Amino acid sequence: MKIYNGDKIIPGILIGVIILTFPLWLARGKAAATPDIKFDTPVIQKLAVKQCVLPKETMRTSHMVVLNDWRDAAVRNNTRVFTGMDGKKYDINLQNTCMECHSNKTHFCDQCHNYLGVNPYCWKCHIEPKETK
Amino acid sequence: MGINFSLMAVLTLVLVAFAGVKFMGLQMFFGVVAPYAAMALFFTGVIWRVLKWAESPVPFRIPTTAGQQKSLPWIKSNGLDNPSTKAGVIGRMALEILLFRSLFRNTKLEYREGPRIAYEWEKWLWLASLLFHYSFLVVFVRHLRFFTEPIPFFVQGLETVDSLFQVGLPTLYLSDLAFIAAVTYLFIRRIIIPQVKYISLPADYFPLMLIFTIGATGIIMRYVTKVDVISIKQLTMGLVTFHPVIPQGIGELFFVHVFLVSILFAYFPFSKLMHAPGVFLSPTRNMPNDSRIVRHVNPWNYPVPVHTYAEYEDHFRDKMIEAGLPVEKE
Repeated sequence: MKIYNGDKIIPGILIGVIILTFPLWLARGKAAATPDIKFDTPVIQKLAVKQCVLPKETMRTSHMVVLNDWRDAAVRNNTRVFTGMDGKKYDINLQNTCMECHSNKTHFCDQCHNYLGVNPYCWKCHIEPKETK
Repeated sequence: MGINFSLMAVLTLVLVAFAGVKFMGLQMFFGVVAPYAAMALFFTGVIWRVLKWAESPVPFRIPTTAGQQKSLPWIKSNGLDNPSTKAGVIGRMALEILLFRSLFRNTKLEYREGPRIAYEWEKWLWLASLLFHYSFLVVFVRHLRFFTEPIPFFVQGLETVDSLFQVGLPTLYLSDLAFIAAVTYLFIRRIIIPQVKYISLPADYFPLMLIFTIGATGIIMRYVTKVDVISIKQLTMGLVTFHPVIPQGIGELFFVHVFLVSILFAYFPFSKLMHAPGVFLSPTRNMPNDSRIVRHVNPWNYPVPVHTYAEYEDHFRDKMIEAGLPVEKE
């Protein structure tokens, strides 16, 4: 097999392969750290029933939809009560409802958001909870 | 014909992945084996095809490209469309690869009253393909957030720009809109222009439909049905680090999406999609038109045994003198 213009084609192939396999070089076979979410805040520990406003699976995949709906409800429609899964009523409030239990932003919100490169714009308006330690 | 065949092929692939995961528990196959196999096929296939192309010598410059070639000093030459220097060629290749310059020259033949033939600028194909390729690139680069840890800055930056308008949550990506719009246009164009429909084959419809379905499944997962992205990243990072894992609770749609992407990669080396590496090897674009400056020798010229006049005379000199014929050397 005779290759013509190999001086240009072979480096071209190499550059292409290296660029396309970039994630492999970055990982170099090392297992990646997975997010470590903690539910051990003082408020959660005091709860009798450790249950969020909606089932865990729903919150895991769709919490951003809930937050968006809450934002629209509170800011645009002045609706400030949310009826949760068991008919329990919650105050529509990020800082005082969500963050009351999940006061550990760096060990809760940030864990998955950083893992997936998500930059939520919650904290451009809301005040981040003060975390001890 | 081509449409039905391609539609059935894509639907079959969707159903195979869906049923395989839903009823047979083949998460391992669709989540790990298929992507690895597809990647292996993609890289070996593409390299094999490119090396096969490289077996063909392309010694001669093609001067009949648009633009005046370099000639006499008082004739203005077109340095980008018909370059005679290396820098000019790099410029022409950059225009071709980054801005699809030859597609920009696309014209449409029209019969006007008279009858009179007119060639009209037709820029929609160029615009749609530019939109399609760039939105696909953005989508592709954005997906690096599932394949890198930590996520590189440019992926984050791109994501910020892509979700600039902060529509809804999860934020709407502009590239998703552009992608679906462009693919839809390219498909509709193919079926409503009679001449284009006539020359369209399953090999044209299948990649379009496959890519559309990949986009659609991705969009549905992100905006409608939702998936557990943490588990998905664990799976994709498992692939990247060669420690494959199948976390629990990933929906079937994800496996459909990944299987279709695997099919796209596996299909790549055997299809028209090879225009991606192929554009770099376009003989009308990647060679300077310096035929009047440099002598290009045909590489497949074999040595021809020649018998020059001097040798002929050496051979027959005595007989020539004897016969009274004039000779150059006595």
